[in-house]
Amino acid sequence: MNDDSKQEPANFEFTREFLKTAQSHIKKYPKNRQSSAVMPLLDLAQRQNGGWIPKPAINYVANLLGMPSIRVLEVATFYTMYNLEPIGQFHVQVCTNLPCWLRGSNDVLNSCKKCLGIETGETTDDNLFTLSEVECLGACVNAPMMQINDNYYEDLTSETTENILFNLREGADVKTGSQIGRNSCEPINGLTSLQHMKSNLIVEDG
Amino acid sequence: MVNMIIDGKEVSVDPGMTVLQACEQIGIEIPRFCYHERLSVAGNCRMCLVQMEKSPKPIASCAMPVGEGMTIHTNTPEVEAMRKSVMEFLLLNHPLDCPICDQGGECDLQDQSIAYGIDHSRYQERKRSVTDKHMGPLISTTMTRCIHCTRCVRFATEIAGVPDLGLLGRGENAEITTYLEKALNSELSGNVIDLCPVGALTSKPYAFIARPWELKSIETIDVMDAIGSNIRVDVRGAEVLRVLPILNEDINEEWISDKTRFACDALSYQRLDRPYIRKNGRLKEATWNEAFNTIAATLKKVNGPDIAALAGDLADCESMIALKMLIQNLGSENIDCRQDCARLDPTVRSSYLFNSALAGIDQTDAILLIGCNPRWEAAVLNARIRKRYLESGIPIGVIGEKSDLNYEIMHLGDDVNVLHDILAKKGRFSKILRSASRPMIIIGQGALARGDGHAILGLTRKITELYKIVDNNRGWNGFNMLHTAASRVGGLDLGFVPGPNCRDTEAILDGASQGSIKLVYLLGADEINMERLGNAFVIYQGHHGDTGANRADVILPGAAYTEKNATYVNTEGRVQRAYQAVFPPGEAKEDWRIIRALSEIIGKKLEFDSLAQVRAALVEANPNFLNVGTMSPAAWNKFGIDGEITDMTLSSHIKNFYMTDPISRASITMANCSKAFANNHFEKITNNG
Ligand code: SF4
Ligand code: FES
Ligand code: FES
Repeated sequence: MNDDSKQEPANFEFTREFLKTAQSHIKKYPKNRQSSAVMPLLDLAQRQNGGWIPKPAINYVANLLGMPSIRVLEVATFYTMYNLEPIGQFHVQVCTNLPCWLRGSNDVLNSCKKCLGIETGETTDDNLFTLSEVECLGACVNAPMMQINDNYYEDLTSETTENILFNLREGADVKTGSQIGRNSCEPINGLTSLQHMKSNLIVEDG
Repeated sequence: MVNMIIDGKEVSVDPGMTVLQACEQIGIEIPRFCYHERLSVAGNCRMCLVQMEKSPKPIASCAMPVGEGMTIHTNTPEVEAMRKSVMEFLLLNHPLDCPICDQGGECDLQDQSIAYGIDHSRYQERKRSVTDKHMGPLISTTMTRCIHCTRCVRFATEIAGVPDLGLLGRGENAEITTYLEKALNSELSGNVIDLCPVGALTSKPYAFIARPWELKSIETIDVMDAIGSNIRVDVRGAEVLRVLPILNEDINEEWISDKTRFACDALSYQRLDRPYIRKNGRLKEATWNEAFNTIAATLKKVNGPDIAALAGDLADCESMIALKMLIQNLGSENIDCRQDCARLDPTVRSSYLFNSALAGIDQTDAILLIGCNPRWEAAVLNARIRKRYLESGIPIGVIGEKSDLNYEIMHLGDDVNVLHDILAKKGRFSKILRSASRPMIIIGQGALARGDGHAILGLTRKITELYKIVDNNRGWNGFNMLHTAASRVGGLDLGFVPGPNCRDTEAILDGASQGSIKLVYLLGADEINMERLGNAFVIYQGHHGDTGANRADVILPGAAYTEKNATYVNTEGRVQRAYQAVFPPGEAKEDWRIIRALSEIIGKKLEFDSLAQVRAALVEANPNFLNVGTMSPAAWNKFGIDGEITDMTLSSHIKNFYMTDPISRASITMANCSKAFANNHFEKITNNG
């Protein structure tokens, strides 16, 4: 917000690569129903523009899909995952819904505030982090959790939260998924059922 | 038919109806906010909840299609409780500011909270506040009152065709707004005021003027265009405060244009409220007798054939027939009601009517627009074309200037050569016309108010015949003349046109500028070039101080359309009556009475003393005047001529939708609109014969 380069651009246009992806989305829908592609296209625009969608991008997507700008703006304002204002490089979204809260999301949120020196809804001066409080992200089983850009970080404590933020700031590698070595969303002490099938299960990390 | 049971009564209804409509059909009224017959179903207010047997949850009756064997309950204690709960939710964030709200007294929310509201609130939290939005010079907004029914959004998107309104955000933060807060750029925008069930969108010019219970309502018709929209005029004392639409499926459905709705402020401005006589170059107030005597004295010095009369766009039929008879008694037939010199043929009625009727648009499968811009010339009709277009995607060809009509058009060109091509069965639209079963041509005055208008008319007739656009066997006549003057068809019907070898508008103006026409009687005619009246003695009878009154030697103050019982014939040829809502201001009089009084003073007394007698004279001139409210079909005949056609471009003759006649030009609201929307589309200045 305090960096001029983050201000609203006068124009917006997909790069060749993004346009190609956009077109593949548009192609999924029958003729005259292209407006169905509005959500993936807004997401692409957000990605190309560093995490937020400027007004010209709204108009651009509207033109591309042949729909009125206000319809695109309606969609963009309806979903909280579209950011209509400049945002830090890392968008830290802490879940504070009931399961996460019961498991200590207050600690996570407070650690974020302390570590980043900002309140929710704010962006750090160096434009690296924006902090948000969000509703359930569907990973309650590994609560508490937060999402940073495209990755989930689960089974958090104050300490692991601070670690993650520190490493991100330093540009170091960060472990995504569960922070306590849990495999996917299995019970903490390993499988408790279907044990006889264990050898057949394809187990993936994170 | 689908059989179902509603409140214990067996009913059978059309499949495809909704439960709400089915209930309505048997006289059960379901409360609603978001549902509206002419808009798509949104189902978001939940006020229409009813119980359906075998459904665990209540259903939104406006969105639920009827089904065989359904059992519906609308009057159980549960339904009552649901309505109360919905009401409570709707009122949570509502400011409850009825005492300062213009909707008070005619508010759906107010009315329904009488029935279903609770007398206290259980809401302890802070109410949300919403900043008001800018929606232009006509619509005032108080967005905290909005209940998010989205009727306004659907109207703008579906009917008006200007998708600028939207609902942004979600839940608690949802707000109605226009894109980038620009004014709603539609000639029909005022209708959202009627649609909004609460006081969120109200009329800006009418803000804090009156309460509905102080008003007297008169049902009459509109004269701002030639459609003849049915309106309700609300008055308090001697003042017209507002104009609202009334339902007429055949004409305006339930919309009116912004000019119809908002130009009424002009009825109190720039009025001619007493006679004037020009003395030493300046207009001086006078009495009726002085004015009449001045005219009588002048008439003594003028020969019959040197007299002429022109009727303006707002003239009513009674005054036109009276004036026609008066001029005839004076020995002249130099009269014309076509002040724009449109080459209309008064001898063949079908040549100047919108023959298919406005409702014919609902059936047509191809439209060719020639030299007209329906969006400016008849905004309500344009909405009907748009409705048809959305329904069936019919092809709409335009010959004339290219402009945004709110539906997709095929721009075929802007000169008459295109017509030649179509007659030679060339071009893409020729193919469309050939395969269409109910094609229609809509031709505007822009195509006729030019030197070669007769020939264009002839050419259009040939096309009409070639493509069977008129087909007697099937009872279809798709040749449609679109007028813009409310007086025009009436004038042609009663014969306010030059007699044999007499002068039409063009010749009258020529004669006046050369000095051979010595006296010109202008019946509200303001759209002519006053300089061409030369040294003629000019009598102006009308209601507003416009160009005609400026030029006049004697002014006779007449009545505006809300001040007289009068007859108008709309562009379809439908005879309609206007009713007096208020008295004319000051000494102004009903128009036919002025002419009647004058006739006596100059010794050419007209033989009628009552409105009924004038109307008898109308019927004598043309029996169509008997059929009030209906259309009388007109027989097809040859009209127009074969002749040279110039390649001058075709275009509408309306340059500014908001200012087309003496009333709208005097309106402050219309002036504000012209300013607000000037940059949008009124720059293209057009030719005008
Ligand atoms: S402004 Fe009026 S019409 Fe529009 S959504 Fe709100 S309540 Fe409905
Ligand atoms: S409650 Fe936090 S992820 Fe579901
Ligand atoms: S009228 Fe049915 S939900 Fe609004």
